[in-house]
Amino acid sequence: MGDYILLAVSCILVNNILLAQYLGNCPFLGTSKKMETAVGMAMAVIFVLVLAGAITWVTDTYLLKKFGLEYLRTIAFILVIASLVQFVEMFLKKSIPALYAGLGIFLPLITTNCAVMGACLINIKEEYTFIQTLVSSFSYAVGFGLALILFAGVRERVLIARVPKPLQDTSIALVVAGMIALAFYAFKGMA
Amino acid sequence: MAKSIAYEFGKGLWKEIPPFRLVLGLCPVLAVTTSLQNGVGMGLATTFVLVCSNVLVSMLRKVIPSKVRIACFIIIIATFVTVVELLMQAYAYKLYETLGIFIPLIVVNCIVLGRAEAFAYKKPIIHSLADGLGIGIGFTLSLGALGAVREIFGNGTLLKYSVFGPSFKPFTFLIEAPGAFVCLGLMLALMNLAGKK
Repeated sequence: MGDYILLAVSCILVNNILLAQYLGNCPFLGTSKKMETAVGMAMAVIFVLVLAGAITWVTDTYLLKKFGLEYLRTIAFILVIASLVQFVEMFLKKSIPALYAGLGIFLPLITTNCAVMGACLINIKEEYTFIQTLVSSFSYAVGFGLALILFAGVRERVLIARVPKPLQDTSIALVVAGMIALAFYAFKGMA
Repeated sequence: MAKSIAYEFGKGLWKEIPPFRLVLGLCPVLAVTTSLQNGVGMGLATTFVLVCSNVLVSMLRKVIPSKVRIACFIIIIATFVTVVELLMQAYAYKLYETLGIFIPLIVVNCIVLGRAEAFAYKKPIIHSLADGLGIGIGFTLSLGALGAVREIFGNGTLLKYSVFGPSFKPFTFLIEAPGAFVCLGLMLALMNLAGKK
C-alpha cells in the first residue's frame, strides 16, 4: 500500500505531467484563460486518462507483446485512445447527459492531448503492473488538473495586471507557467 | 502558380512560424530543446512527418469522407511517425534514446494535425508539399534557436564546444523545466517586439 501512495505522490507532485514532463501543454495554455474551462478540462482528463491507461496496458500486454508487434505501439495506442474518446462521448451523451453537458466540448480535444498518450507510453516504459498503471494514470491526471487549475487562478489575476505590450497574452502566460513550474520543482528534493 | 507556391513555403519561415506565431505543438518545443542538437533532431523528424502526411492527405483529399477525416488523418500521421521511429532506431539510436517518448508523441503534435486539417485537405499536392516543408523548416529553426540559447547559457557550450571558457558558471535554471517555460515566453516577447516594427 505504501508503495502505491509513494507512486501517487511522485506522479502528482514530483513528476507532474505538465510542469516536469512537459506533456499536455496545448490544453494547458488553451483552456486556462477561465476557471470554468480549466475545471471542465481537468475533469475530462481525469476521466479519460484512467480509462485510457487501463485499456492501453491491456492492449500492450495481451496483444502487442504477445504477438511481438511492439513496433505498432504508436498506431495502436492512438487508435485506442481516439476510439475510446469517441465511445465515451457517445456513452455519456446517452446515459449521463448532465456530465456530458459539463465535459462536452473538452472530450474531442483530449484525443490530441499528448498528456493522455504520453502517460500511457510512460506506464509501458516503466513496466508498471496493472494496479500500478491505474494508480499512476489517476495520479498523473490529478496532477494535470491541479497544475491547470492553479495556473488558471493565477492567469485570471494576470489578466487585470498591466503587462508590457510585447509580453501580453501567451508570452506572459508562459513566464507565469515557468514560475509555477519552479514551485513544483521544489518537490524534486522530496523524492 | 510558382508565386503562390513560394508564398506557401515562405510563410512558414516568418509570418506563421511555429511555435511563435502559430502557438501549437508546445510539448516537444519545451521538452527536447535542452541542446541545439536535440532541438534540430526533433525538428527534422517532425518536418519529415509533416511533409509526408501533408502530401498524402492532399492526394487522398477527394477520397476521404469529411465525417471520418480526423480519424483518417491520425492513421496517416501515425504511419509516418512509425516510419521515423524505426529509421531513427536504425540510424540515429543515440538521438532516439535522448528524445524518448517525444518521437511517438509527434502523432499528437497539433501542428501536424492542424496543417492536415486546415491546409492539405483543401489544397493541391504541390502547395501542400510547400506548406509542409515551410512550416517544418520554420519549426526546426525555432527549436534550434531555443535549443542553442538554452545550451549556451544553461550549459556554457554549443554543440559540445565550450563557449565562455572554464571560468563561466552555467545558469542551469535554463536547462531545467521551469527555465524552458520562461525562455520560450521571453523569446515569444522578442518576436512580438521584432514583428511590430
